[in-house]
Amino acid sequence: MRRALPYLLSLPALLVCIGILIPFFTAVYYSLLRFRLNLPAMKGFIWFDNYINFLSDAAFWNTVKISLVYAGLTVGVELLLGLGIALLLQKPTRFNNIASILLLLPLMTAPALAALMWKLMTNPNFGILSYFVSLLGFHDFKWASDPSTALFTVTLVDVWVYTPFIMILLLAGLRSLPKAPFEAAALDGVPRSFVFFRITLPMLLPYIITASLFRLLDSIQQFDIVYSMTQGGPGDRLMVFQVQSYLEFFQYTNVGRSAALLIVLWAITYLLSNIFIKQWLKLRERAHGGA
Amino acid sequence: MDHTSTLERVIRGALITCVLVFFLFPIFWIVLMSFQTNETILRIPPSIVFEPTLSNYSALITGKLETTAGNLDIAFMRNLWNSFFLSAASVLIALALGIPAAYAFARFRFRLGEDIAFTLLSFRFAPPLLVLLPLSLYFKQLGLTNTYIGLIWVYQLICLPLILWIVRGYFEDISPDIEHAYRISGNSWLKTFWKIAVPLAKPGIAAAGLLAFIFAWNNFVFALILASADKQPVTVGALAFVTASGIQYGQIAAAIVLSIAPTLALALYAQRYLVEGLSLGAVKG
Repeated sequence: MRRALPYLLSLPALLVCIGILIPFFTAVYYSLLRFRLNLPAMKGFIWFDNYINFLSDAAFWNTVKISLVYAGLTVGVELLLGLGIALLLQKPTRFNNIASILLLLPLMTAPALAALMWKLMTNPNFGILSYFVSLLGFHDFKWASDPSTALFTVTLVDVWVYTPFIMILLLAGLRSLPKAPFEAAALDGVPRSFVFFRITLPMLLPYIITASLFRLLDSIQQFDIVYSMTQGGPGDRLMVFQVQSYLEFFQYTNVGRSAALLIVLWAITYLLSNIFIKQWLKLRERAHGGA
Repeated sequence: MDHTSTLERVIRGALITCVLVFFLFPIFWIVLMSFQTNETILRIPPSIVFEPTLSNYSALITGKLETTAGNLDIAFMRNLWNSFFLSAASVLIALALGIPAAYAFARFRFRLGEDIAFTLLSFRFAPPLLVLLPLSLYFKQLGLTNTYIGLIWVYQLICLPLILWIVRGYFEDISPDIEHAYRISGNSWLKTFWKIAVPLAKPGIAAAGLLAFIFAWNNFVFALILASADKQPVTVGALAFVTASGIQYGQIAAAIVLSIAPTLALALYAQRYLVEGLSLGAVKG
């Protein structure tokens, strides 16, 4: 009984998850099929042809490129901004604490709804942001519906929603740093830029890596914001992995190709998350051993 | 640190103000918009002076939408109820399944234990569509498409890993000595778990449950694929509503406000738990 106990306790959770694991393997299988919902007669096993076809497919490489650019751009901006805000709010004063709580609100807004909010604000007819930029001289700024500014607009929404996430993690990190090195540096009159680059930043690095990898994994899979804003458009300008495979499945009913696309995305995230989990375990070790 | 000059304090204050404006203005503006009719929304230049009206909200609540094309029935309140029901039921089930499992992972070194824990964690990082697209075909065969049961099951994908990992961290922080002492005085294992471990981990359970509720509420893609209109939560319903309502922008804004208000209110009310949950879940475990 004693030995069976842990299994018994985790069994129900496990069973629920197995139900979810099966479709995962189904997806792997589908990705090896020629499988179109509208042409059931053509269904057949084709090994890796779906993947091989990607190599010469411009749409696929566009998806890879735009997904990586999207993830890099959003996480880069969010990291810089989040770090800056965390530094601004570092001192636990009453005002700073209230500000950091208020900054949680965008993070608690559903991304799909946040996209709708920004769509209303960037509407060319009455959007307040369209009005603001027209004051700056950009009279025909089309935001998400113009291929040249679509990425910028969607990045803006992503930054609005997710910067607070990085900010919260880094703020928690900053406030948990040991005081001694900073007091010693202040006593010795060490310049503040030196303190920042040689003490704060290296000590904060584990938090920075964790926060940005966490975000990177999410961002490369972004669906809600892009889909609600532009459905991958204009044209194929924002055709990120999950939006592309969603359309492939429901619009073109090409299940095999859709599944193969997602497997490629999964491979990329798996690689990234392995790095992440290693880093995360190291941090856990430190948090448990050091405290 | 105490030698901050006045100039620096002014600069800091100004920067923080800019940050707050950027992050709070969209919410403020949508709330204002929800109290306006198209007439004042479409004014150029825009102005924050207007006669507030509750007509948008009353249209949503009564479900009778007046558009230029005529009257329209909408089920927005139904979406709101779906969001509430799906999130609450999912979190309750995830807590019932997740707390015992989290305890097992924290207290017993057992074979497969770490493997199972990692498998569960890796769900957090798999592309949701990878599971959802095949699942949509299975659900059709099983008759689970557009059912609450099917949706709540899939919502475990969000809630369960979150609860498992946050609560596990809390259990690990409780010294086993307290439990041993209680057991030695003749109490059963189950009683120890229920009377000692669970109450001590309460803050973690609250934080995890709260975060899970908010993430479930904010989810979009699960219901987009697996639910039709009558079971859809607000995230999907609002998008459909935009197309349906045509150009009644005030009503769209009011629908957004009603959809985000619950999670924002919850976040403000329980912000301490929330920050703890977010940072523990990600950094410490």
